[in-house]
Amino acid sequence: MKLMKLLLIITIVLLSGVGFAGQTVDNVKAKGFVQAGANGDLFGFGKPDEKGIWRGLDVDTGRAIAAAVFGDASKIKFIPLTAVQRFTALQSGEIDVLCRNATQTLGRDSELGLDFAQVNYYDGQGFLVPKKMKLKNAKQLDGATVCVLPGTTTELNVADYFRVNKMKMKPVVIENNAELAKAFFAGRCDVLTSDASQLAGIRAVAPKPDDYVILPDIISKEPLAPAVRHGDNQWKDIVNYSVLAMIEAEELGITSKNVDEMLKSANPAVQRFLGVAPGNGKALGLNEKWAYNIIKQVGNYGEVFERNVGKNTPLKLERGLNALWKNGGLMYSPPFR
Amino acid sequence: MQKGASSNATPDTEQGISFFNDRKIRAVAYQIAALFMVGLLGYYLFSNTVANLQRQAIATGFGFLNKQASFEIGESLIHYSAADTYVRALLVGVLNTLKVAFVGIVLTVVLGTFLGIARLSTNWLVAKLAAVYIEVMQDIPILLQLFFWYSFFYDILPAPREAIEPFAGVFMSNRGLVFAVPQWHPVYTYIAAAGLAGCIGAYVLRKWARKRQERTGQIFPVFIFSLGIIIGLPFVTWLSAGAPHKMSVPQLVGFNFQGGLNMSPEFGALLLGLVLYTAAFVAEIVRAGIQAISKGQTEAAMAIGLKRGQILNLVILPQALRVIIPPLTSQMLNLTKNSSLAVAIGFPDFVSVASTTINQTGQAIEGISLIMLVYLCFSLLTSLFMNWYNKKMALIER
Repeated sequence: MKLMKLLLIITIVLLSGVGFAGQTVDNVKAKGFVQAGANGDLFGFGKPDEKGIWRGLDVDTGRAIAAAVFGDASKIKFIPLTAVQRFTALQSGEIDVLCRNATQTLGRDSELGLDFAQVNYYDGQGFLVPKKMKLKNAKQLDGATVCVLPGTTTELNVADYFRVNKMKMKPVVIENNAELAKAFFAGRCDVLTSDASQLAGIRAVAPKPDDYVILPDIISKEPLAPAVRHGDNQWKDIVNYSVLAMIEAEELGITSKNVDEMLKSANPAVQRFLGVAPGNGKALGLNEKWAYNIIKQVGNYGEVFERNVGKNTPLKLERGLNALWKNGGLMYSPPFR
Repeated sequence: MQKGASSNATPDTEQGISFFNDRKIRAVAYQIAALFMVGLLGYYLFSNTVANLQRQAIATGFGFLNKQASFEIGESLIHYSAADTYVRALLVGVLNTLKVAFVGIVLTVVLGTFLGIARLSTNWLVAKLAAVYIEVMQDIPILLQLFFWYSFFYDILPAPREAIEPFAGVFMSNRGLVFAVPQWHPVYTYIAAAGLAGCIGAYVLRKWARKRQERTGQIFPVFIFSLGIIIGLPFVTWLSAGAPHKMSVPQLVGFNFQGGLNMSPEFGALLLGLVLYTAAFVAEIVRAGIQAISKGQTEAAMAIGLKRGQILNLVILPQALRVIIPPLTSQMLNLTKNSSLAVAIGFPDFVSVASTTINQTGQAIEGISLIMLVYLCFSLLTSLFMNWYNKKMALIER
């Protein structure tokens, strides 16, 4: 079962003779696809649809990496991982990159031996409660039973929050996302806590979504970012700039629809970005068309956001912190030169 | 070869066999070589792991155990808060596993024995019902049964505000079973002591009665008197303290019940699932044990005029237990190990707490080692006890 999988991963760590440092990109090219870890259960971020095709913001982030490396966004395989399995799977080399709504923290960046790339979603932790309880804010939750995923930052934040506010809580921790949501909808818990985006995703699949509300309180900062193993700088650069390319493209006004026209643009920034004026690809060890391929096949950040979690999806999320810096958000890319 | 063979020389060397052909020395050498290879492999695995972890800058060692855990645990036998260390969090997990394993084993043995005997009943309906139960329960995977019982608890039962109250002071809701318990009073310590004294008294009485029966042939009604002592002594203590009877009755305060004793749906589902599943196997073991004793023994015991209860107690069970105990031990171990499936339904057992710890600290190798160590200890202790009991039973028979 889950424990067996963890044991297997550890065995790989025990037996692996060669290091991973500096070799991920060669390994990926040799095997012909990117092996990514994804959520598998989170609508809008990482979940296969009814046809078995993976959909979501994190999934599209993974596809952007594949497009950058191979020029083909479909050369990626996803495996679903629980919150408890995800970091061990990355540490052991079972996956090349983790695109699974993981929060960047100091501890994970250092002690866990991970490196986080550019944030692809700025989130914060909130509370989902049944409407009929008529709660106004999170301070009224004293004594509540709280459904929470084990091994997450949310599990720690909620404990901190109740401690600071001198309130009592009783956690119910279930490792599987779907089982946890089921227990909450059945009334096992008074409140479900997670990142606000996840709450929107969970509410979207509720039997009666209108029976539930998300409280206004946001109790934490959750910068969600793709992660790679520590110490492999070239691979980290590729992952990092794959995400940044989507942000830069939105700022430059390049979309999957107009990218071919933009090849003729006289703007030197656009020419450098799309590889018409070469240099960026060589610097990263990639094809000069890498950014063109990302935008052509996956889209810019705004397109990816709207397609997966935006206003026309069941999640109905606003751009908020995830808008471009020019529009009052946090999405900001360094110059591509 | 040696002219003045010394007295302590082995016969082999005296006969002139060379050092390398000495069978004993060779055997020892092979053992040392094998041990050396195993040690080398172990060293390779260890050093390779350490090197790999270091290259990836992953923290190692057990230092994390003294750090603040920072996560809450749903239920605990000892006081625990998020401000406590990982060691204490893991201890909470160990105690939770022990709790479910201990209560589970006791209930399983009782239910399993009952079912095993029912399976052999002369009543057609009872025997068939037991047979159907055993077949069905053995064939459904335990994980499915756990999911079933868990969703039974939270899907069927109402919210705390509409809790069912089958008896006064007992509330059933999707937050579990809450029931009134006597409010703490100093006299309860003495009552417990009186109960213990009663048990010791009953044990002494039994020894005395057996000796007397061997000497005079008279049978003393041990059972009735023992029951009298074990129940009577605490009861008298209770009365002498003025019969305190204030109850701690659960009350709905805010979100949940306060006061009384609470059995969570997670614990309830896990216990129910484990007991119902394992009891089916125990029933088969008990049935096999009883059937292993030939019918002639029962007939012979009847012929010398023993009563039905005496036949079971004095003839059948002492022999059947010898057959039953070894496989029963492995079922107990199974139950303990299966309790780690708790992680699927959110009961904070040891594996659940340990995997949260692994994820929060990132130290999977240390965490898994701890899990293995703890389960090894559980298993060794259980089989140690059962082997002791088995030996005792076997000795009495011979």
